[in-house]
Amino acid sequence: MGTFVVNTEQEQKQMLAAAGKSSFDALFATVPDSVKIDHLNLPEGMSELETAARMEGMAAQNTVYRQIFRGAGAYHHYIPAVVKRVTGKEEFLTAYTPYQAEISQGVLQSIFEYQTMICELTGLDCANASVYDGATAAAEAVKMCVEKKRTKILVAQTAQPETVSVIRTYAFGKDDPVQMIAEKDGVLDPEALKAALAEDSACLFVQQPNYYGNLEDMDAIAAMVKEAGAKLVMGCNPVSLGLLKTPGAYGADIACGEGQPLGLPLGFGGPYLGFMACTEKMMRKLPGRIIGETKDHDGNKAYVLTLQAREQHIRREKAGSNICSNEALCALTAAVYLSAMGPEGLKEVAKQCSSKAHYLQKVLAEAGLQARDAKPFFHEFVTVSETPSSKILEALREKGILGGLPLNEKEILWCATELNTRQAMDEVAEIVKEVRA
Amino acid sequence: MKTVFEWGAPGRRCTILPALDVEEQLPEAPLRDAAPRLPEMSETEVSRHYTELAGQVFGVNNGFYPLGSCTMKYNPSVNEEMARLPGFTGVHPLQEDETVQGCLSVLRTAEEYLCEVTGMDAVTFQPAAGAHGEFTGLLLIKSYHTERGDLKRTKMIVPDSAHGTNPATATMCGYDVVNLASGADGLVDLEALRAAVGEDTAGLMLTNPNTCGLFEKDILEITKIIHEAGGLVYYDGANLNGIIGVARPGDMGFDCVHMNLHKTFSTPHGGGGPGSGPVGCKEFLAKYLPGHRVTGDTGALRRERAEQCLGDMRAFDGNFLVVVRALTYLLMLGKEGLPEISKNAVLNANYMMSQLKDVYPMAFDDNVYHEFVITMEQSVKRGGVSAMDIAKTLLDHGMHPPTMYFPLIVHEALMVEPTETESKETLDEVIRVMKEIHEEAQRDPESIKASPKKAPIGRPDEVTAARNPIIRYRFGEETN
Amino acid sequence: MNTPGNLKYSKTHEWVKTEGGLTEIGITDFAQDALGDLVFVNLPEAGDTLSVGEAFADVESVKAVSDIYSPVSGTVAEVNDSLLDSPESINSDPYGAWFIRASDVTATEDLMDAEAYEAFCEEEAAKE
Repeated sequence: MGTFVVNTEQEQKQMLAAAGKSSFDALFATVPDSVKIDHLNLPEGMSELETAARMEGMAAQNTVYRQIFRGAGAYHHYIPAVVKRVTGKEEFLTAYTPYQAEISQGVLQSIFEYQTMICELTGLDCANASVYDGATAAAEAVKMCVEKKRTKILVAQTAQPETVSVIRTYAFGKDDPVQMIAEKDGVLDPEALKAALAEDSACLFVQQPNYYGNLEDMDAIAAMVKEAGAKLVMGCNPVSLGLLKTPGAYGADIACGEGQPLGLPLGFGGPYLGFMACTEKMMRKLPGRIIGETKDHDGNKAYVLTLQAREQHIRREKAGSNICSNEALCALTAAVYLSAMGPEGLKEVAKQCSSKAHYLQKVLAEAGLQARDAKPFFHEFVTVSETPSSKILEALREKGILGGLPLNEKEILWCATELNTRQAMDEVAEIVKEVRA
Repeated sequence: MKTVFEWGAPGRRCTILPALDVEEQLPEAPLRDAAPRLPEMSETEVSRHYTELAGQVFGVNNGFYPLGSCTMKYNPSVNEEMARLPGFTGVHPLQEDETVQGCLSVLRTAEEYLCEVTGMDAVTFQPAAGAHGEFTGLLLIKSYHTERGDLKRTKMIVPDSAHGTNPATATMCGYDVVNLASGADGLVDLEALRAAVGEDTAGLMLTNPNTCGLFEKDILEITKIIHEAGGLVYYDGANLNGIIGVARPGDMGFDCVHMNLHKTFSTPHGGGGPGSGPVGCKEFLAKYLPGHRVTGDTGALRRERAEQCLGDMRAFDGNFLVVVRALTYLLMLGKEGLPEISKNAVLNANYMMSQLKDVYPMAFDDNVYHEFVITMEQSVKRGGVSAMDIAKTLLDHGMHPPTMYFPLIVHEALMVEPTETESKETLDEVIRVMKEIHEEAQRDPESIKASPKKAPIGRPDEVTAARNPIIRYRFGEETN
Repeated sequence: MNTPGNLKYSKTHEWVKTEGGLTEIGITDFAQDALGDLVFVNLPEAGDTLSVGEAFADVESVKAVSDIYSPVSGTVAEVNDSLLDSPESINSDPYGAWFIRASDVTATEDLMDAEAYEAFCEEEAAKE
């Protein structure tokens, strides 16, 4: 069997004796006999070598595609080598939450820097140390907006379905009402929004770019939301913020999103990174950890967990959220990624994503898959055709290519990033042509 | 240390991407006015900066880390290797089921192990952390009462020794919290519990062994009282390390549990996350589980929604790469290795306590499990050193301090959890250091109160940090 | 400990001053000393309802949050927003740093005068 227990049986016996215990049983004396088990019904343990072989066998049962054209909330980007090396350091990996500031300046500073970068990307004043993922960030964000007289959460139908589901689940807890705002032509329907906004509206959650990759008319949406006195919560793709007008510039109260594109692998869905930023006015409603700068008693610069009295370990049942961990290592990853890319590098990734997606849309249209929506888009778009989606995707799969996400048998949601080459996109178009022929 | 924004210079960069191979086409939408102020660095500088930061981080693989209730055990290297296999990292969460049989096998196998370890019938891996698991568990309970139309159950009972996440979670689920005062013995007071339950009881949240390091010996009676009142019982798995392989929450009458893969199952904490907080439940609650259930036979596994799925706790199927690490650990330890965890965790705690109880007053000095609680209350009353002072002095000895000021029911608490992965000589050294600190505290308390002296910084001014929050770097042009 | 003679005091350590039809409420010197350095205060809004014995505000120190209870039933007429920017004034000038002024007071709990309150505090301190 494998074990990570250090002490030998002989040493364990010595320690039992020193502790005044006659046996291991004596250590568990207050556990009622009726609930004690004499064995676990599990396989025997294994050596490291055998375990690794077993895990590698499972990994080998997955298909890893050579080209991926699927996004829909999880994006395949290049991860610079330095990002993996730095974030694999055991100190970062094996530390707990930085409760002891004196010996945790490294992790505290890294999160402080991450918070700053998120503020820069979103154009907002304050950011937290991260939450679990983009969907929970959205759920926490809309919860920040619920007030005594404004309880209704409006959610754009064009948001990612997983995000909407999480917002609903969180709202079920407190029985907060959630109202979906209909879409029209692949974007939020302004008429539906106008009709829904009322004195009891807490906020609107809208995603930019939206689930279909389309860019919403944010100026108009922001104006309507503001006029109704509700808060504007924008879900954003962080890579797109290398290029697009920021939530802060649109007048959003909160920006949130999935940080996975910033250096985290697809990893079958996690761990990912929920980022959150807000105006200074809403700072104290931000959930989760926040790192602040201060000084030690000798006047040296020091970083600490701050504004802790908002949090569950102090406020208990009166806390706004129960969250206590963040995704620190993922936040560090995003920070290292952004350091390695720099402002120009991030802009270049965004530019390549947009350019390639536009190219892909063009060659797919030539191959017979027409764009569904005539809207500006970033790096995702929907095609529509009479050829069954499953047939197209199956043909691509045979060539080691993961096609877009089938929304139904006619529509496919495609994504392109800097990892998709022109050659591969031409190949996809060729395969589509063949399928349609 | 310089911040990352003070490194580099305009125009410096890493060369990561090739030239664009298609015509440039920007989105036809408003663009940002100015570039984000991200650092402009060469790769040398990126590496040096973060290496410098890493030099001021203390992880469990650096040294002893007896943080009570956090189970800081050694994080095995093989876990990391497995989590970096391209066959796991390169898989898109929305790939078709037939192309992710390996991932689904991981989830299925981990579910089987965790069901056996907890005595539950089904597990979801969607919750990303312990608190997220608590939220999931309570939503299961809420779904159960709601479906039965039993809407008068508005109260969640939480012992006053519980983690703050428990009452906060109950509030997130719309419950009123009934704080249950613990008995003088640190355990649930059965009479108080009987008086607290009623037709409005939705459930009880309980940690066992509890946060005092004690096993609730009346656990069968406790769960019976709640069930007879019509409520359900939630097991907070924070302290599962103290009984794993010896006793199971499912056999004690608990209806659902969360586990912390980053505590009990050796996955790294990453400086505060990512963790993973899978939730297990009994069969009658399984139909409400969030996210997907893995169903079908080996080779033809599928993801399916449970019959009355309560929704999603987060996108996709959980912190999968954390589950990979935990499964690696579970497979390695197996049926004989898992009980060795709790036996040695409890032994190490009892050994340490037995060697320290003559000099440090213990809040409860017998029948402790994987952790024990020192109280510095008397010392503080005499004007002597506090729990904080002891903790800060330990920093000067290259040790991470125990959890301070928790549980709340013990004043001036230091909660010590040595875990099973520490050697006898490490414990002996810590015992020696703690005795030395005690002696110095008697001789020269002011010296202890001035600690730490060797750490990179002294005690930080948290009051100023909270009164005038500076939570992002101030670039040159801004002043505060 | 400073206990002005012109004020009334509650058992939960709030002070009360009635002047010009409004009832001013703050926390006592004893309270601020026990709470330590305050870093933030959450205040009600004008128009909110007050009930005897119910929390209407809370104060935060670095490691704790404490409710402030209303000694009266009535309506919040004015809120001292300046405390949001300078919570430290509660520590430095507890009797100047009023939290709210209440109007339409319909009930008031039994309050102590300065002498009785000082005796009460001594008892409390002895219990600790």
